Amino acid sequence: MKHSHLLFVFSIASMLFLTSCFDNKETVYDNAADIPVNREMIAELTSPPHVPTPVGKRKAKKLIVKMEILEKEGEMTDGVKYVYWTFGGTVPGSFIRTRVGDEVEFHLQNHPNNKLPHNIDLHAVTGPGGGAESSFVAPGHEKTFSFKTLNPGLYVYHCATAPVGMHIANGMYGLILVEPEGGLPIVDKEYYIMQGDFYTKGANGERGLQPFDMQKAVDEKADYVVFNGKVGSLTGDNAITAKVGETVRLFVGNGGPGLVSSFHVIGEIFDKVHIEGGDLINKNVQTTLIPAGGAAMIEFKVDVPGTFILVDHSIFRAFNKGALGMLKVEGQKDKKIYSGELRDDIYLPEGPGIQSMPTTGEIVASEVPAKSFEEQIEFGKQAYMQTCFACHQAEGQGVPNAFPPLAKSDYLNADVDRAIGVVLHGLTGEITVNGQKYNSVMTRQMLSPDEIANVLTYVYNSWGNSKKVVTKAMVEKVKNRK
Amino acid sequence: MKTKAFRLFITLLVFQTFLFAQSAGMVFIKGSRYIPLYGRDSTVVEVKDFEIDIYPITNAEYENFVKKHPKWQKSKVIKLFADTSYLSNWKNDLELKASEKPNSPVTYISWFAAKDYCECQGKRLPTVDEWEYVAMADETTKDARKKSSYNKQILAWYEAPRSNENTIGEHPKNAWGVHDLHGLVWEWTLDFNSVLITGESRKDVDKDSNLFCGSAAVNATDLMNYAAFMRYAIRGSLKAKYSMKNLGFRCAKDINLK
Repeated sequence: MKHSHLLFVFSIASMLFLTSCFDNKETVYDNAADIPVNREMIAELTSPPHVPTPVGKRKAKKLIVKMEILEKEGEMTDGVKYVYWTFGGTVPGSFIRTRVGDEVEFHLQNHPNNKLPHNIDLHAVTGPGGGAESSFVAPGHEKTFSFKTLNPGLYVYHCATAPVGMHIANGMYGLILVEPEGGLPIVDKEYYIMQGDFYTKGANGERGLQPFDMQKAVDEKADYVVFNGKVGSLTGDNAITAKVGETVRLFVGNGGPGLVSSFHVIGEIFDKVHIEGGDLINKNVQTTLIPAGGAAMIEFKVDVPGTFILVDHSIFRAFNKGALGMLKVEGQKDKKIYSGELRDDIYLPEGPGIQSMPTTGEIVASEVPAKSFEEQIEFGKQAYMQTCFACHQAEGQGVPNAFPPLAKSDYLNADVDRAIGVVLHGLTGEITVNGQKYNSVMTRQMLSPDEIANVLTYVYNSWGNSKKVVTKAMVEKVKNRK
Repeated sequence: MKTKAFRLFITLLVFQTFLFAQSAGMVFIKGSRYIPLYGRDSTVVEVKDFEIDIYPITNAEYENFVKKHPKWQKSKVIKLFADTSYLSNWKNDLELKASEKPNSPVTYISWFAAKDYCECQGKRLPTVDEWEYVAMADETTKDARKKSSYNKQILAWYEAPRSNENTIGEHPKNAWGVHDLHGLVWEWTLDFNSVLITGESRKDVDKDSNLFCGSAAVNATDLMNYAAFMRYAIRGSLKAKYSMKNLGFRCAKDINLK
């Protein structure tokens, strides 16, 4: 009796479902090429890390995309300039959001001030060159071509003009999303992140306008590996954000040109990953591999507050070459999921040695010594942001119980030679700073005497410290003392 | 005896200059055979002796030209021969905008205009092979393509923004005595689009000769000559009526033995 009742309800429900289908005259197309389009729409394009509004339930349309190519100077990291070639003025280029069946009318505009011809190869295009052969455009001109989006997924686009590698290495890549019929499931936050490797004439951190280095690119020896075109594009005030309990979707691409990304978020497990940007979903992933010229859609719910670090887990790229971003999550703590630090005990195994970074030779002196106090402060701040910031923090406040403060620090101000020695040689074991005990390890820093003089002068002249000026000679003196 | 030989030598030297009758503002280029990055057959090309302008044509020189040849004035030019950006850095038919320098290279010039300018001087545009032949020299060597410094320097110049606003002669002359082939502006050549279109239909069918994606690398003879790739790419993107901010020209001339 109960059984037949259930069956009855089920059949009614299915009838309702069927009739409602007929009412809307919805047709399912086996072949995406048959999906009709109605009406025109100008595509919303966004700069990273933002993405346009989801397609939702909208029907397939004729979507007009206007993309402007700009060759322009930008900042790779503090003090380092680079001439980027961009789609839409940013690296990566503007995010394009479409749905399956859209007819995209693509206008590629090459700004008259540009020096070079460019084109675009969209991996979402079915056709020779991915559009490259129809979009080859000289400066001061515009090319138009159109294509139908047949396969849903997240795709890379890039410039494919000879020398192709150089056009990509200078930042000419971005992502185009093709959503399935009805759109991707709605989430709370969506962000656009793309990794790229850069090859400069000078080594990492060398100041000034740095030209592209062809030989390093061919050898795949990157000086910078970064998210969204520059060091620090996703850190500090530029960090992406979410609230506890929200689901975050990251559209992550890799422009290359040379390196494959092992994308990882420290302290999060990806609930879902659309592997390689396609249909296949893997669950509970720690690190996902993103090939050069490939992408992935990553989803996870954030359960606890804090700062979560986005890295390429080829980890030297993250900490030494720039592939580091931040996701800041606000909200209530959940001690059940993550307790935070419970206790801090001393553990000293026998013979603790001071760690030191492997060296390949003597540190070469900075090529551009600071000429004035102002320059010392300026260069010192750059060195601080590159070397000291991670532990001692932006305002020199340190991290309680882990890294001592430099701001109004009695330990620092008491003895300048000792401070120089710490930067030169590192420091381990217990010290007392402003009445607080610390027992940590600081490695010796890979800085030249000039740079040490600058960074200490910066520190001594910031945050209420004693305003000492440290010279290269003072550093040399401590260095040569045995 | 010795003085006699010396005198003969001097006479020969003087005679030789008469023999070639070098034109004003041009240098003599001794022809030879070389392998360019791209050619019709990607093999050796032969360049005959010719002369080439030491500097690109300047704004001032072009100003004189349009005074004499009104058909090339901005408002009078036939639209088939120059697109709308033709001379767009000019105030009117006869004058540059105040911001432009007379001894900067003339740009916003179409191929038709450049070709006619040279022909009115009794000259012609250089061919791609001729241009590349002279341009493969650095300050000391006539074929410097294998030197890494040569490539790096040119690439850095190409990347420097707004170089068209500089004036001619700022870069040192190359081993031939020619200035500014690199580092100032791109230059029109007589057969700028001949690499893409081989002119032979059977070849065009089975050979993908486009300058992008994989085919750019397939047909090249030197994969490290990025600077040359960029020049061939810009040439491939042009049409004869285009005029651009970073594109100027210089003239060449055949040698007439007297």
